[in-house]
Amino acid sequence: MNRKIKKMTLREIKDLLKCEVITGDDNLDLEVLSGGGCDLMSDVLAFGKPGMLLLTGLTNAQSVRTADIVDIKAIIYVRGKRPDKEGIELAKKKGIPLLTTKLMMFEACGILYSAGLPGVNEAEKIS
Amino acid sequence: MKLRKLAKMAIENRIEHSFVIKGKDFGNAGNVSTKIKDLLKEIGIPPSIIRRVAIATYEAEMNVVMYANHGTLNFALTPQKIEIVVDDRGPGIEDIELAMQEGYSTATEEMREMGFGAGMGLPNIKKNSDEFEITSEVNKGTKLRIVIYLDSKNE
Ligand SMILES: Nc1ncnc2c1ncn2[C@@H]1O[C@H](COP(=O)(O)OP(=O)(O)OP(=O)(O)O)[C@@H](O)[C@H]1O
Ligand SMILES: [Mg+2]
Repeated sequence: MNRKIKKMTLREIKDLLKCEVITGDDNLDLEVLSGGGCDLMSDVLAFGKPGMLLLTGLTNAQSVRTADIVDIKAIIYVRGKRPDKEGIELAKKKGIPLLTTKLMMFEACGILYSAGLPGVNEAEKIS
Repeated sequence: MKLRKLAKMAIENRIEHSFVIKGKDFGNAGNVSTKIKDLLKEIGIPPSIIRRVAIATYEAEMNVVMYANHGTLNFALTPQKIEIVVDDRGPGIEDIELAMQEGYSTATEEMREMGFGAGMGLPNIKKNSDEFEITSEVNKGTKLRIVIYLDSKNE
């Protein structure tokens, strides 16, 4: 399968998933290299790659902490979820934009994938 | 930090620090790893090395928080390598070989809700280390020694 893949800005992603920005409004020109959906933080630590976008349903501060550890660029919470206050504070400190979409995980991932955002392994092949 | 200690570190070309990790303190879980990551960034260590150190310390720190009562993390940086020793007082691990297997976990429902308990932590620490040792005594505690070379090509 030869699909066209590309980096995407948070602004494009925000429009595609009709996101609300929780923090990082001034940082929407940030580019993400790949995307991944995961609720297991150890899996994120094992498979996450720098520059990726994380879609997750996990809303505690560990979601942000884990993202920071593996240099994940931004987080989108699915199904209208919002991170707790601690998570938001940490994200502000670390400069990690947080967004939320009403879409479910499968739909949100599907839309981004169809729009050309590569998965982490796919992104590695081209870079 | 005391000036004398700093001077000693400079002469020996070695930066050392000891951190305390509180068991069951989920609110602060990850703080130590974040501090170490920030420190390495400031020193100018290559990002690929920082990433491996950060992942290994974070998984080790989370294990102390989740399973042990109390732990210390000793961090040492020399021109050649970063050495991290995590030593805890807690239940220990009966079967280390089993614990090292991907997918093996005794995490509780509460831990799983926080996104942990995939049974990936220990194997991932090993994967990110150049040297890795684990020793444990049941009802006493567990000790990890993690070494990452500054010039290593691992990953
Ligand atoms: N410091 C420790 N003290 C006591 N038991 C431990 C310790 N670290 C790990 N274990 C045991 O080893 C098992 C495997 O640990 P590992 O870190 O690989 O996975 P996990 O913590 O269960 O899940 P994950 O790390 O993926 O969130 C744990 O479930 C636990 O039973
Ligand atoms: Mg673990």
